Amino acid sequence: MLAVRGLHAHYGQAHILADVELEVGEGEVVALLGRNGAGKSTTLKTVSGLLPASAGEVHFLDRRIERLPPHRIARLGLGYVPEDRRIFTDLTVMENLEVGRQPGRAGAPSWDEAKLFALFPNLAAMRDRPGGRMSGGEQQMLTIARTLMGNPRCLLLDEPSEGLAPLIVEQMAAAISTLKREGLSVLLCEQNLHFARSVADRAYIIESGRMRFSGTMAALAADPALREQYLSV
Amino acid sequence: MTWSSILIQLLNGLAGAASLFLVSAGLSLIFGVTRIVNFAHGSLYMLGLYGAYTLIETFGRTPLGFWSGVALAALLVGLAGALIEVAILRRIYRAPELFQLLATFAVVLVIKDIALFAWGPEDLVGPRAPGLRTPVEIFDKRIPLYDLVLIGIGPLVLGILWLLLTRTRWGTLVRAATQDREMVAALGVDQARLFTSVFFAGSVLAGLGGALQIPREPANLELDLSVIADAFVVTVVGGLGSIPGAFLAAIMIGVAKAFCIGIGTVQWFGVEIAFSKLTLVVEFLIMGLVLIIRPYGLLGRPPAQQRHSGEPAPPLVPPGWKVAAVWLVPLLLLPAAGDRYLVVLATDIACFALFAASLHLIMGPAGMVSFGHAAYFGIGAYAAGLLFKRAGLPMEAALALAPLAAGFAALIYGWFCVRLSGVYLAMLTLAFAQISWSIAFQWDSFTGGSNGIVGVWPAAWLASKTAYFYLALAVAAGGIALLWRVLFSPFGATLRAGRDSPLRLEAIGVELRRYQWAAFVLVGALAGAAGALFAFSKGSLSPSVISIALSTDALIMVLLGGVDTLTGPLAGAALFTWLRDEVARRTEFWRAVMGLVILAIVLIFPQGLVGGVKALVARWRRARA
Ligand SMILES: Nc1ncnc2c1ncn2[C@@H]1O[C@H](COP(=O)(O)OP(=O)(O)O)[C@@H](O)[C@H]1O
Ligand SMILES: [Mg+2]
Repeated sequence: MLAVRGLHAHYGQAHILADVELEVGEGEVVALLGRNGAGKSTTLKTVSGLLPASAGEVHFLDRRIERLPPHRIARLGLGYVPEDRRIFTDLTVMENLEVGRQPGRAGAPSWDEAKLFALFPNLAAMRDRPGGRMSGGEQQMLTIARTLMGNPRCLLLDEPSEGLAPLIVEQMAAAISTLKREGLSVLLCEQNLHFARSVADRAYIIESGRMRFSGTMAALAADPALREQYLSV
Repeated sequence: MTWSSILIQLLNGLAGAASLFLVSAGLSLIFGVTRIVNFAHGSLYMLGLYGAYTLIETFGRTPLGFWSGVALAALLVGLAGALIEVAILRRIYRAPELFQLLATFAVVLVIKDIALFAWGPEDLVGPRAPGLRTPVEIFDKRIPLYDLVLIGIGPLVLGILWLLLTRTRWGTLVRAATQDREMVAALGVDQARLFTSVFFAGSVLAGLGGALQIPREPANLELDLSVIADAFVVTVVGGLGSIPGAFLAAIMIGVAKAFCIGIGTVQWFGVEIAFSKLTLVVEFLIMGLVLIIRPYGLLGRPPAQQRHSGEPAPPLVPPGWKVAAVWLVPLLLLPAAGDRYLVVLATDIACFALFAASLHLIMGPAGMVSFGHAAYFGIGAYAAGLLFKRAGLPMEAALALAPLAAGFAALIYGWFCVRLSGVYLAMLTLAFAQISWSIAFQWDSFTGGSNGIVGVWPAAWLASKTAYFYLALAVAAGGIALLWRVLFSPFGATLRAGRDSPLRLEAIGVELRRYQWAAFVLVGALAGAAGALFAFSKGSLSPSVISIALSTDALIMVLLGGVDTLTGPLAGAALFTWLRDEVARRTEFWRAVMGLVILAIVLIFPQGLVGGVKALVARWRRARA
């Protein structure tokens, strides 16, 4: 579904991503793990077209997308959920969802407000509340719901568990499992290994903009040295 | 004043506020979404007025002809705005923000000449509104019925806009993009189409604002800049991006202006105060006051931090002596060529190079864009002229004291300006420039009013064009050298750090504002020196040395050359001055030619001329290596 080959990216002169390779298969949930500043968010921004790739290829559904503008990439069915949520604070929950609305597409689960409120029951009670007056957890749910309104086939999720209370993290894990059952592919950036293990099938580890590990969650769990080196807090 | 005349002035003011609100709402809408300060917005208003004039003449002076003329003019102006967005601005959204500003300056020049070509230089007085000509009697005073209709149109448009923005998907997208347009794009919304539609809507409002004025105001070629100044003031007073704010501010300013006219001249405690002369400055006084009390306008909020993954400004490279010599030696030899015309042109260039270099320091390294830099140039010129003619000082003394006067003005204006940042700061500088202009323009007995001051000639030993050229060259080179010295001193480093990370500076206890204030005074004084030099080279001066047009000329020079290099503004000043001279001798439509040249440069070299040439050289070197 999504394949990244030899991807490089820069912020100004700073070389941030070097030769990143990864793949997400149909219906798969894949975790991209790494410490703060490792390059996870930069990878997602580059894949979603917000940051130009300096070299390398991104394939999505057998198309090259690394030169497309962000809205074209989104319209192909690659949904991006940013780590800092970027809720439109002046807009209500319903209006935030409206901004994300795109026509349905074949091969992807289709969403509407009712279905999203079933997925995130907390949101249902605050349809007309401005995004700026919601808690962090509610905003996190809204930002995912907003991207789902575009009926994506693959979701790029940037640290959905960051800064959330344990109870909300559990709800989030349940929601991601639901998405997986619906047939969505997910690339999930995380620092929280425990959370990632509860939802992902495979994992990559990135450090200083380079891929250090690729394998199943089970293989990662069996290798404490690896976790020590790249993930320990 | 009686109650009835107060009421009439109030109604007059409200009627005048309608167009002000429309044009400002359009400006606000466009700025909110695209972050482009559209200097051409006043030009669109002007087109609306001219367009309505022609269309009504064509359709006939009937109610149907009048209203369909007004509506069609607004629509056509909307299309013109959309065209500007698609053909020009869309290509440079990724360029630095200031470059988009430069492109809109160019559009101003082009539209002015299109209007000159199509409608001629004479003012065109439009028809009164058919069917609404009869005055209404209120108490014992009369007011045209059309004015009452205008008073109703303001709130009507406000209501329609509010419905559009809150009840339609388009409005939701516009409001979302005003906060975070990159996120809107990441959600699959085509920014280009959204921007075009916003430009269309904003331009329709500008065109409608202009077209509705046709029974009240003759169409003329000065409207573009005077309206943009008004619209800036209204937008800033109301709060950038706030449409209800623009409505409130338009009413405040419209009413204040009407009262100034209505009150006329009164005696207060034996002092004669001419309120009618205040009309030109009252809005700027209101703006200054509001910005001091509420730095983001009446209903505005601190601007949302729009995200862009733009490149940071490249470091400045101090120029070497060798490079300076390469430029200076031919200049010193220039009079030997024996071409008197060339010497005069070079003198102009020297004045403008110093002017542009002073603007560059404040807007580039210090990060405070000034839309009103001509204030200091003009005050320097006037100080020189007045000291020479009225105080009877020798020319040398007048020339030496003029920068002090300009520096003193910068001391006062700067105190206010450094309290703001970004677009708000830029608008406040424009306001101060406009206040200075109004004083020069209106104080007939002292400044000579619109005639200015004549007979400002240099001393005998400088009377020859060649001698004066050497003086200008020496002053300009000295001033520029001083600016560059300052730039690479610890003071300059602090300024640059303040531009890049103001919070960090504050955190280590640096009072950035004091540095910025000092920078204001320095560049003000040097701009004043340039103005004084210019005045003595021409032998006369007029209020045009403080005009918005001259302020924008300076911005064009700096931006054309490139903000990110030191020599850029000098090259820009030389190119602009030379080109204007060349083109103006050949065609009446020199503005359009200049505008098209600027547009071509903007589209080809989005880093400015010197930056673009450097990039080309670098590429060529790489290709050879
Ligand atoms: N806007 C930016 N400008 C410059 N450098 C940045 C920017 N954003 C991130 N970086 C740098 O890029 C590297 C990777 O950051 P990021 O992708 O955000 O890491 P992660 O998401 O894994 O925490 C870090 O070293 C960070 O400092
Ligand atoms: Mg991150």
